[in-house]
Amino acid sequence: MLVRANVNGEWRTADVWAGASLLHMLREHLGLPGSKNACEQGECGSCSIWLDGELVCACLVLAGQAHEREVRTVEALSARETLHPVQEAFLEVGAVQCGFCTPGLIVAVADLLMLDPSPDEPAVREALSGNLCRCTGYQKILDAVRLAAERMRAR
Amino acid sequence: MSVRILPGTRGGVGESVRRVDGVPKVKGAFQFASDLWAEGMLWGYTLRSPHPHARIRAVEISAALTDPGVHAVLLAADVPGKKTYGLEFSDQPVLAWDRVRYAGEPVAVLAAADLETARRATERIRVDYDVLPAVTDMGEALRPDAPRVHDFGNVLRHIRIEHGDPGAPADVWVEGYYETGMQDQASLGPEAGLAIPADDGGVDLYVATQWLHVDRMQIAPCLNLPEEKVRLYLAGVGGAFGAREDVSMQVHACLLALRTRRPVKMVYSREESFYGHVHRHPSRIWMRHGARRDGTLVNVYARILMDGGAYASSSAAVIGNASTFATGPYEVPNALIEGTCVYTNNPPCGAMRGFGAVQVCFAYEAQMDKLARALGMDPVEIRLKNALGTGSVLPTGQVITGSAPVREVIRRCAAIPLPEEPAASRGGDPCSYPGGAGNVSRGEGLRRGMGFAIGFKNIAYSEGFDDSAEVRVKLFAGPAGPVAEVHSAAAEVGQGIHTVLTQIVRTGLGVEHVLLHPPDTQVGSAGSTSASRQTMMSGGAAQLACAVVREELCARVRRRAEAEGRALRGEITLEGGAVLAGNAPVGRVEEFLEMPIECVRTYHHRRTQPLDARGQGDVHVALAFAAQRAVVEVDEELGLVRVVQVATAQDVGRAINPQNVAGQIEGGTAQGLGLALMEEIQLQDGQIRNASFTDYLIPTILDMPPVISVLVEEPEPGVPFGAKGVGEPSTVVSTAAIVAALRDATGRELNRVPVRPDDLIGLSPPVASPGPPPSPDVPGPEPIPKRAGLAAGQADLMRGD
Repeated sequence: MLVRANVNGEWRTADVWAGASLLHMLREHLGLPGSKNACEQGECGSCSIWLDGELVCACLVLAGQAHEREVRTVEALSARETLHPVQEAFLEVGAVQCGFCTPGLIVAVADLLMLDPSPDEPAVREALSGNLCRCTGYQKILDAVRLAAERMRAR
Repeated sequence: MSVRILPGTRGGVGESVRRVDGVPKVKGAFQFASDLWAEGMLWGYTLRSPHPHARIRAVEISAALTDPGVHAVLLAADVPGKKTYGLEFSDQPVLAWDRVRYAGEPVAVLAAADLETARRATERIRVDYDVLPAVTDMGEALRPDAPRVHDFGNVLRHIRIEHGDPGAPADVWVEGYYETGMQDQASLGPEAGLAIPADDGGVDLYVATQWLHVDRMQIAPCLNLPEEKVRLYLAGVGGAFGAREDVSMQVHACLLALRTRRPVKMVYSREESFYGHVHRHPSRIWMRHGARRDGTLVNVYARILMDGGAYASSSAAVIGNASTFATGPYEVPNALIEGTCVYTNNPPCGAMRGFGAVQVCFAYEAQMDKLARALGMDPVEIRLKNALGTGSVLPTGQVITGSAPVREVIRRCAAIPLPEEPAASRGGDPCSYPGGAGNVSRGEGLRRGMGFAIGFKNIAYSEGFDDSAEVRVKLFAGPAGPVAEVHSAAAEVGQGIHTVLTQIVRTGLGVEHVLLHPPDTQVGSAGSTSASRQTMMSGGAAQLACAVVREELCARVRRRAEAEGRALRGEITLEGGAVLAGNAPVGRVEEFLEMPIECVRTYHHRRTQPLDARGQGDVHVALAFAAQRAVVEVDEELGLVRVVQVATAQDVGRAINPQNVAGQIEGGTAQGLGLALMEEIQLQDGQIRNASFTDYLIPTILDMPPVISVLVEEPEPGVPFGAKGVGEPSTVVSTAAIVAALRDATGRELNRVPVRPDDLIGLSPPVASPGPPPSPDVPGPEPIPKRAGLAAGQADLMRGD
């Protein structure tokens, strides 16, 4: 089936199998592998993206459901040279190790700080409880959220 | 080796510099193995056995081949070379031919135009199995009438370590039985790679692995190709933790690529990943500790049984570690340690972070707490009293010559402030209770507990293995100053070795601009990214190579000064891209680089020895120690747990990148917490029941407490910068510390991990054992016949018994 969606500001069309997920369409048809596939069950958050501004796991959305809708992925967050404050904070505090969960986490944190610029720690933990990370033990991710929130508020 | 740190160069050793691969990783632009793509590429898929033990009568592939999208279906008969592989013993079939020995074993591989076509076509392959009785219990595997997993028997390795007088009397004895479950590494990046057939008849393989060269050593004979025609390149690795030590899809993808003459990509799904890599060995451990009334350890008996699953993988080394570390980081004058790893028809077990040291730490630390209680001593005090130090003798007779700040890590850990006491009246937010939103109480049943544990882990490979590392360093003049290029095959799996290498080269050459050549097999082996060894081994090789490059540069500086009739005063040093003689500047580094300077060096660690028949030998290169204190809250009515705080002190030798060291400690602690509280591959008659992230739980951000870490820096002599590996000790101790805290909170025995809610509220009794099984009657420490050794040819393997 043909799916037409606005992906990162550009209207794109893909010819996908009716059972394909949005994640599959992004990764295998549109050349956007930034969203990762680690569980394909919506458990790990590695494929977090925005669908019409709503944070979703792209593996749980059928490609067809994105038809005529707006999709934003991690690739949209930083222009060629500049980094989003959340990306900058992740690097600065050492919240990246293997990096496989990182794109999903960056999207989830950017989403959280858009909705709540000053989340307290329990709120951050609750918001990120759907993003699994196997490397960091999450401590430096919490540090990164604090730092990014501070800087984004100061802007 | 003299170590000279040049202070003037930014981003060198000792600084928390940013990751070299950080920017692409946060942008989603870093190419992981599962992101690889090539023009005209096919997708590979694996058909796996549904039975833990069966004879293969026939395989029918014609139905699968009818789909026009299918390009090849391969069976064992299509493997052109050696039909088996393995890290230590070549006992694992590339594709099963006469027998399958575990549920999930590959039987056929298929290449198709896309993944969905490949999946569906694989379902049309018909395999006629004759199901055989399976042995899926490690204790049963030792019975003489048990089904044999391999023709030569079920004993994979048996070790007996006798130290002092194992009959020595003691004033107080404590006994215990302990079990640990099968843990999964659960790296988020799945097994993946892309094989591209080459014009010379060889193959180029881009793959996520921990050791490129040992993969090639196993792949090339199976393809019947010389090693130089099998070229490996490291693709982005989404975590490893031991699971990528073994070959998974490597040979399969190469076979399909060579057959179809098309690039072939293979990526495991999460479910397949649970079947497609080895796991942490489940264990059963019996221990008896004897001490004098003052708390001094006198005698330890330990019997360890581990389930190696269907194939050897690195099981021989894992049981070696478990056995040699069985008495913990304590002085024990008399001991008898017996360790056995058996084959079963369960999925194979092998390397996972902590590598045999985790299971025994859970047991010996529970024993130390029992002993403290029996003697009325403080748990910290009894550990301080018996702690190892430099000069101590291990049960293997090995004398510790390196740094061993065990008392220091205990004291520094114990001194970290405790978390605040819970408010007398809870009220408030139920999300702060154990179980978070899942807690339905008003906090009535909450009990707080504290536990303390110490442990240790070897750095680098043991028992006589020379796991050397090669690095090439090239210094040349770039358009904006001197540039150093580092070429190493060391696998960056997230731990940060690439950043560490650039730091070491900056310090070694006084040059800030350091480039990394992509890791591949065009340079010599770096050894495995395992055993907390790369900082010492590849870091050591980089340091050696830099020293030679620096000497050549200094020689050029002297030659030019002589030619110009100038005298240079003082030592020549390199700093921030400048050459200094004494304190006087001589020129810029690039002025002396009309010709680049290039050097390849190999670092070898000090020689170790194999264990002898009595389990004696200088087996380990170096040891790293850690202490952890855990504070937990248990809801005694609901069986829910919240870990409130983990405090830890770790012996790191020297922190090359302190921020990364802390990151390793925090991440390692999370995996230990997982084993303590939730992580277990549930097996029923050899079948994995929970092969998904919905059913196999790993810690989330809601499960992890703050981890407060203190780095104890006492440099290891004879090692580059004195730096010890840092990846594993936290995983070794945290399971033991957290369960000790649960025991303190509940008063229950809790002798099996992961601890379940049922265990915490007394619905299920502690696991019991009739006693240790008799030692197997095997001919010495190597029951597997030599013909199955890694170097054995296929003819030897096929000969049979």
